[in-house]
Parts: sequence; structure tokens; C-alpha cells
Amino acid sequence: MARVDVQGLSVTYEGVDRRVGALNALDLAIADGEPIAIIGPSGCGKSTLLLAVAGLVAPTSGSVRVGGEPVAGPRLHTALILQDFGLLPWKTVMHNAALGLEIRHVPAPERARRVAEALARVGLAEFAGAYPGELSGGMRQRLAVARALALEADLLLMDEPLSALDALTREDLQGLLLDIWRQRGHTSVLVTHSIEEAVYLGRRVVVLTPRPGRVAAIVENPEMGDDDFRDTPAFYERCAELRRLLAAEGAFGEGAS
Amino acid sequence: MRAAVRKIVGYAGAVAILLAGWQVLAMIVDSSALPGPAPALQTFGSLFFAALLPEAVVSAWRVVVSMALGTALAVPLGLVLGRSPRIDAVAAPLIFLTYPVPKIVFLPVLLVLFGIGSVPKIVLITLIVFFQILVTARDAARAIPPGSVLSVRSLGAGGAQVFRHVVVPAALPDVFTALRISTGTAIAVLFFSESIAGTDGIGYYIIDAWSRIAYRDMFAGIIAMAVLGVVLYELLEMAEARVCRWTRVGR
Ligand SMILES: Nc1ncnc2c1ncn2[C@@H]1O[C@H](COP(=O)(O)OP(=O)(O)O)[C@@H](O)[C@H]1O
Ligand SMILES: [Mg+2]
Repeated sequence: MARVDVQGLSVTYEGVDRRVGALNALDLAIADGEPIAIIGPSGCGKSTLLLAVAGLVAPTSGSVRVGGEPVAGPRLHTALILQDFGLLPWKTVMHNAALGLEIRHVPAPERARRVAEALARVGLAEFAGAYPGELSGGMRQRLAVARALALEADLLLMDEPLSALDALTREDLQGLLLDIWRQRGHTSVLVTHSIEEAVYLGRRVVVLTPRPGRVAAIVENPEMGDDDFRDTPAFYERCAELRRLLAAEGAFGEGAS
Repeated sequence: MRAAVRKIVGYAGAVAILLAGWQVLAMIVDSSALPGPAPALQTFGSLFFAALLPEAVVSAWRVVVSMALGTALAVPLGLVLGRSPRIDAVAAPLIFLTYPVPKIVFLPVLLVLFGIGSVPKIVLITLIVFFQILVTARDAARAIPPGSVLSVRSLGAGGAQVFRHVVVPAALPDVFTALRISTGTAIAVLFFSESIAGTDGIGYYIIDAWSRIAYRDMFAGIIAMAVLGVVLYELLEMAEARVCRWTRVGR
């Protein structure tokens, strides 16, 4: 069970000569198995929110609970996927996928089984012995997904995972993420700066205010996951609505709002 | 396989060019202090087992022990400094004040303290290698992208596991580069310290031959020292290719 409850979450970074408020009293509840997309102006605290849920950044005030338990550090079944750097160039595909299991001292035979399954699921079985440097951008993100699958994560946190990819590869991976969610039903939190991606992969889309971030609006998106949703008028209307909300938050730069 | 052949051909070509250049230079200089390749290599061959090899073993042992010691001390310390701003704040000024000091000037002090055997030579080379690797390892550890560390920590890694899975491998290529570069310095310092004080090693052999005006012997010693440097460098390169395989993929 991985419902997420964020209550009154504030995070302030202590810089060298100044303090930066990244989040300010943010409230957000995500149901078990719900796919959520988060979108907001650059620097509004989206990554900070994910890191707090992952247990890597401590709240300055407020609380984060996952599955009813206060988050005090990295959790066994939470997986975090970052845009870059999530993979270690010195480890092969197989060892990258196995890293979470290795760190958590899962016995080798079970590790091998789960990794083989996960790599097969994302279509990387043949590349088990390759290094990330030998893979395309899309394959690297597939590997990051495989690592999360091997962990048997019930909460998948993704920080702009596809933004470095070209449009075709991105659409391909969006399809993979949707398939995997439909298959496994994990709780999914996707931070993105693509409106279309948010509408495609978020049953609710959370819009944040500029820094320090809090929730500006939540757009319900019940058709998410329907076949061919991307080609329907409802999809375009949802995107237009989000664009208006983001413009109101000044997400498109100075003077645009 | 083809790469290996290409490498051998490349080396053979380089050796041919060097020998030709040497021959030309020897003819121009025309002095018994610079014999041509043919007589020099002949002497090298005839002295190899009787005189050169025992001295070369002593020298090789000194330089290998020193480089291993210097690396073993510097890498852990450098990585910790690079990852811990608090310890670094204390240690960095100390390092940056002592790093530029030419350690070789302490040789007389070491000779007084440790005599003329292997110990002062090993201490001196260790010291020099230590500082070069220390600075390299520290900078490499500082340059690690925060995202790499974050993603491994999100998998539940503690400090030791972050070191094992991220910090150490990330710094390895730079450490190997620094090691390969410091072979040159290490051999130079070895020659200097063996020739100044001592009764064995290739450096001593070269200077001894010089004082006996045995220029062919001297040159055979010079070749032996050069070979020692080349062998060390190549061994390090082979070790790097094995340990840092990922740096050679995708090219
Ligand atoms: N480790 C940090 N130290 C200091 N300031 C930080 C740190 N991480 C992020 N910030 C600042 O906090 C704010 C929010 O950052 P972030 O959560 O990365 O925003 P987003 O992901 O929405 O672009 C930004 O102004 C950023 O500069
Ligand atoms: Mg971000």
C-alpha cells in the first residue's frame, strides 16, 4: 500500500549566504495506485517535492507519509527515476538494474531472476552485458524503468524522466510507462514540463505555483489511460485548460501571465 | 585481436623511428659518451643478466612499492576530502601550501634520518606520488554529479555504499591517468636519489659507470632505466583497461 500524504510541507534550503524557500506549506494526497502528474514553473520546487517523498530531503516543517508511515529515509519499495545520472556508467546494464537489490542485500539468485524479468519487460534482455555508454537515450531510460521494476516498487517517483529524449522516443516511452502502470497499478508521481505528457500519464494533474511552490490547482483527468485518449477532443481541451492555468502562474516567463 | 596487431605494428614503427633518430644523433655528436644504438644495445645485451637485471630489480621494487604506497594512502584520503566539505575546509589549505613545495629538496634530510638504503628513496617517491594522487582524487570526487549520488541513495545506499558504487569508480579513471603521469616523475626521482647516495639500483649503476668512464656500460644502464619506465607505464595502462572497461565503450 502506497498512498502518499503530504501535509503542510515546507522545505527551505540553507545556501551559503541566503536561504531559498523551495516549498511552502504544500498539501497533497495521492491515493494508493493513483497516477499523478505534477507540472509547474521552472524552479518552483517540483524536484524538491519528489525528493521529500523519496526521503532524501527532510521537511523544514510539515510531514510526508507514505503508506501511512512517516518518511524518515529511503523506503524499500519506493523507486526514483531521474532525467540524467540515475545510471552508473561503470556498471553494466544488468548491474545497473540490480543495484537497488544489491544495496538491499537481496540474495543473488532472486536478484538475477528479478533483473532478468525486468530487463525483458522493457526490451533490454539482449543488452544485459552492455554499458550505459553503449545505449541510446531511450534505452537508458528503459533501463532506469527496469531498475524500478526489479525493486518491485509500489511507489514510482519520476523527475522529468523523458525530457532529454527526442519526440518519437519520448512517445514510445510514455506508452511503456502507461502500459506498466496499467499492468502493475503502482502509485505513480510524474514531474514533467510537458503539458501533453502530464495529461497522458496523470489521472490528476497538479499545478504548482512559482517558488516557493504550493498547489495552485488540480485538474481531474478521468479519461487518462483510455485507449486512443491522445486523439480525442477531451485530450486537447485538457491540455488547453492546463496551458491557461500555467500561464496564470507565470510559467511561460515574465509578462506572459 | 586486430587492435593488438595494430598496437604491435605501431610500437615497432615507433621503435624504428627512435633507433634511426638515435643513430643520426650519435653520428652528429660523434662522442664516446653517446654510442650509437648498435654498440649500446650490444653492451645492454651482454650486461643484462650479469649486471643490469639485479640492479633493475632493486630499482623496480623501490618505485613500485613507492607508487603503491603513495596511491594506497592518497586515494582514500583524497576521496574523503572531495566528498566532505567540512574535512576539506580544514585540510585543503594544508594541501595547497605543501603541494607546490618540491619534495625532492628533502632528500638530504631523509638521507640523514634513514641512511642510504631503500628507505629514504621510497619515502621520497611515496611523498611525491601521494600528493599528485591526493589532489587528483580529491578533484575527481568533487566533480561527481549530485544526481549520481542521489539516485544511489534513493536505492537505500548509506555512506559506505555510495563510496563503493559511485565515488571510487567515478574517480578511478582520473587516478589512473595521474598514476601514469607520475611514473615519469617517480623514475626521475628514483634516478636522482639512487645516484646521489647509495650502492645499488640502476641510478647508482649509471653514475658509477660514468665515474669509471665506462660510457658503454653507462648507456646500457640508461637503456635499462628507460625500459623500466616504459614497462611501468604500459602495466598501468593495461591495468586501467581492465579496471575501467566502461571508458573504452561506445567509441
Ligand atoms: N540543494 C539545494 N541547495 C540550495 N538550493 C536549492 C537546492 N536544490 C534546489 N534549490 C533551489 O530550490 C528551488 C526549487 O528547486 P527544485 O525543487 O529543483 O525546482 P524544480 O524542480 O521545480 O525546477 C530552486 O530555486 C533551486 O534553486
Ligand atoms: Mg527539477
